[in-house]
Amino acid sequence: MGPLVPDIVSTDLNFIVALIIGVFFGFILEQAGFSSSRKLVGLFYGYDFTVLRVFFTAGIVAMVGVMSLEYFGMIDMQLVYINPTFLWSALIGGLIMGLGFVVGGFCPGTSVCAAAIGKIDAMIFIGGSFLGVLFFAEGYPVLERLYKAEYLGNPRIFETLGTTQNIFAFLLVVVALVAFWFVSMIENKVNGIVRPAFRYSPYYVGLALVGLAVAVSAFLIPDRKTALLDSVRNETPVWSAPLKKMSVDELAFRLMDSDEKNLQVIDFRPRAEYDSLSLPKSTWFELNNLFEKEPNQVLSLRHKINVIVADDELTERRMALIAEKLGYRRLFILEGGFSEFQQQILDYRSPGKPVTRREVDLARFRSKAKSVLPVLIRENKSAGPVEKKQKRVVGGC
Amino acid sequence: MKSETYMNPYLAGVLLGVLLIVTIYITGRGLGASGAIKSTTVATVQAVYPEHTDNTLFYKEYRQDHGETPLMNWLVFEVVGVLIGAFLSGLISDRLVFKLEQGPRSKTKIRIAGALAGGILWGVGSQLGRGCTSGAALSGMAVMSTGGILTMMAIFGGAYGFAYFFRRWWT
Repeated sequence: MGPLVPDIVSTDLNFIVALIIGVFFGFILEQAGFSSSRKLVGLFYGYDFTVLRVFFTAGIVAMVGVMSLEYFGMIDMQLVYINPTFLWSALIGGLIMGLGFVVGGFCPGTSVCAAAIGKIDAMIFIGGSFLGVLFFAEGYPVLERLYKAEYLGNPRIFETLGTTQNIFAFLLVVVALVAFWFVSMIENKVNGIVRPAFRYSPYYVGLALVGLAVAVSAFLIPDRKTALLDSVRNETPVWSAPLKKMSVDELAFRLMDSDEKNLQVIDFRPRAEYDSLSLPKSTWFELNNLFEKEPNQVLSLRHKINVIVADDELTERRMALIAEKLGYRRLFILEGGFSEFQQQILDYRSPGKPVTRREVDLARFRSKAKSVLPVLIRENKSAGPVEKKQKRVVGGC
Repeated sequence: MKSETYMNPYLAGVLLGVLLIVTIYITGRGLGASGAIKSTTVATVQAVYPEHTDNTLFYKEYRQDHGETPLMNWLVFEVVGVLIGAFLSGLISDRLVFKLEQGPRSKTKIRIAGALAGGILWGVGSQLGRGCTSGAALSGMAVMSTGGILTMMAIFGGAYGFAYFFRRWWT
């Protein structure tokens, strides 16, 4: 599960990755024509909308791509840098940059590209941007209040707008497609070209079809968690779903068996209950953990079988079904839920004199478990929830 | 290859988008540029005038967030890569030439002053906005960050608003 930094790609290797990514970044920007200030600024005067086409296309492709990664459980968005929202500095900083765009003809990334191929104006621009940072640093005591005002956390735009991720993404892709068509009309008008902006040639029809495909796929990628929760809402199919079960006796036996190294209990009971009574070999989980990178590693340990425990079997079934859809394997549920385990094992009371051989054995086993398990539980200073050491990446500029 | 032929913008956009997805998948963060300018500035000041960086709030906060060695920074490496990549692209497409580019009616002095002033504005603005077109706008859009998208709208909205006053420089 991504991001691959820092465990799969080490922090040092990440610098090499940065260099390689930079090479591609610079190459693409230069090939797209971003090394020319006249071409860049053309966007604001209507004679060249290359920037809008490249930028908007990249934005929607990346957005839909990141949504898909999240949907297929390939990335933990809790660890991805989401630019924080400081309302006023975002807006005022943006306006200053906008002014800088038409005055200077570049933005920082494009100025580096342009300087690399020998544009002198870009080199001057870069010099200016060093000065700008210096001015900001010296003026920071005055600017700090503005810089830190109206901090809203790290909201996602669809949360701010009160809509869902897929609807926002779909609308943005549609806006992009309309914008591509519209700016082509402006561009033709400004440059005195009389051809229509959209023609029924394979190129334009192909573009439109690809664009529509992106829009539709954006719409079809719902938020993973909501979709999965919806899929287990209805009780009947949840009860009839084929899940591997472990009986309370088997669990008790395996917990007491000191040679048992493969079993781990994934405990979905409320935190307070877990804290007051936690089984040996158990880890506390909540629904969100199923979508996170480090808990994911616990659940994916290759030689372990995971027994999902909750107060009642219905909750266990729901969690197991969600986990199964997320691609986790070797899942068991505890038959009857923890309440059954409590009743039949921990608080075991013989229902009367056992008659058959089987009843005798069962009574003997349960009485033994009743005396041994509380000791194990007491000695078990259990792991609690999965410790999350990895923090959200510090990104941005 | 002819020097004025550029890549199809939609193709370039898709490639850039895919690069951004790969970047987020591997590193958990997006692309950027202005952060490298910031780190280089901090490194320079630290080397030239170390007492100043010890006593000034901005540098102290920088050190807290980014550590002691400003040049050992992801974005610094990335921007060095951008230099290399853009140079290679210019080499392949035969665009390597020292040149001051300006609008048809613009004077050289004005263009130089404009480039310098524009750079200064970006330096200040990208600090306030916590990122530039790459780090805040593009990467912010990819992860659907409210702050990033607001900054993006302010950048492009602002540029359209101010464009009228500088039309002689560019058209």
